[in-house]
Amino acid sequence: MSGFFKSSIGRKVAMALSAFFLMFFLIIHLAVNITSLFSVELFNQLSHFMGTNPLVQLALQPVLVFGVVFHFVMGFILELKNRKAIGVKYAKNNGAANSTWISRNMIYSGLVILAFLVLHFIDFWFPEMKVKYVEGDMTGMIAGTQEFRYFDELQHKFLSPWRVGAYVLAFVFLALHLLHGFTSAFQSMGSTAGRKKALQTFGKIYAYAIPLGFIIIAVWHHFNHL
Amino acid sequence: MNLTLKIWRQKDSNTKGQMVDYKVTDISEHMSFLEMMDVLNEQLVNSGDEPVAFDHDCREGICGMCSMYINGEAHGPDRGVTTCQLHMRMFKDGDTITIEPFRAAAFPVIKDLVVDRMAFERIQQAGGYISVNTSGNTQDANSIPISKHAADEAMDAATCIGCGACVATCKNSSAMLFVGAKVSQYALLPQGQVEATDRVLNMVAQMDAEGFGNCTNTGACEVECPKGISLDNIARMNRELMKANLK
Repeated sequence: MSGFFKSSIGRKVAMALSAFFLMFFLIIHLAVNITSLFSVELFNQLSHFMGTNPLVQLALQPVLVFGVVFHFVMGFILELKNRKAIGVKYAKNNGAANSTWISRNMIYSGLVILAFLVLHFIDFWFPEMKVKYVEGDMTGMIAGTQEFRYFDELQHKFLSPWRVGAYVLAFVFLALHLLHGFTSAFQSMGSTAGRKKALQTFGKIYAYAIPLGFIIIAVWHHFNHL
Repeated sequence: MNLTLKIWRQKDSNTKGQMVDYKVTDISEHMSFLEMMDVLNEQLVNSGDEPVAFDHDCREGICGMCSMYINGEAHGPDRGVTTCQLHMRMFKDGDTITIEPFRAAAFPVIKDLVVDRMAFERIQQAGGYISVNTSGNTQDANSIPISKHAADEAMDAATCIGCGACVATCKNSSAMLFVGAKVSQYALLPQGQVEATDRVLNMVAQMDAEGFGNCTNTGACEVECPKGISLDNIARMNRELMKANLK
């Protein structure tokens, strides 16, 4: 089986598997974050649960980090291999005649998402890790109070219009990435389901709805901070 | 019609090539693209210049030899046709037409528009066959029950002429539509089952060894394929490879 993942097709299957995992994670992430629009208490409770539950923190989180890193690293490996396979470039190439811009430029939408993830990790993940595992504060409370810090931290981050702008831009690229990636992952897994109208429609709804949800959250907190 | 042609000229595989401009006049819209190239070559020979080398054989769209990249598309702007079946009525008077060889690291240029597509032959040799005893007691193929659906799908896959338009058009120079078609045409039939595991393992290994790129499912190959080979064949090949690795 190790030989399988060294083959061109095996690597595409591995890309698809990590993509499915990440697409599932996006649903969970959005489901938790969207509660911040209508219930501070529920958002704080869910955030505290996700941030302190041993199963989430010690089992799912490492898998998620691995999935993210793997998807990017394998994406770059495949891109480099593909560039090597091209050889001399055409003087005139009419890519638009046979394929979508999005499908031909997944590496660029992926790079924008990677840049966003660096910002997102600096904004939320690294500080969270520092508080919990360096300073050892697992209470989730604002220092000297009995109030959860998660909602306050979320709103504080979205005060800056530049950060909101960067998030919105990144989510537009996430939508572009998903528009091709969702059905492409099925094809790589050997399924023709992604070529059927029903799944294509579902894929489009998913590709627009998930990023739009995150955009609404960022913009809403920018204009409605407490 | 009068046309300006921008054609890739390359003396041999070791020499650097370049685009060269030519003019052709009084081209009939009823001519095939290769007939237009014949007119140009006659013109070049008459003026003492080296004619443009290009691949062609049957000129009926079935041999898979012609292989030009015309105005940024494999086999030109028409759909479901090879270069030899592309007609000049697809162009208009005064047009500038860019003509290049099929590009891929695995398809090195031999001369001008002629590329070496032996990589496809080596992939075929790695497993694109069934072993049949032909010593005189061959079983009648019609005695083996095959569903109409499977037979149709196998036939569709088998219509691949191995021209390489899929590779030429793919932004990654992937050969997966070709290999997918060749794997599928046997995988769908009972006669192909005996060697199915070795076939897909060996053909994919050879495809990778030849240096073709990975499929990123843009679907460009399916659009430009002169025989309309479906992307479903790539999905089937992927399934066959997974199945073979689980055995």
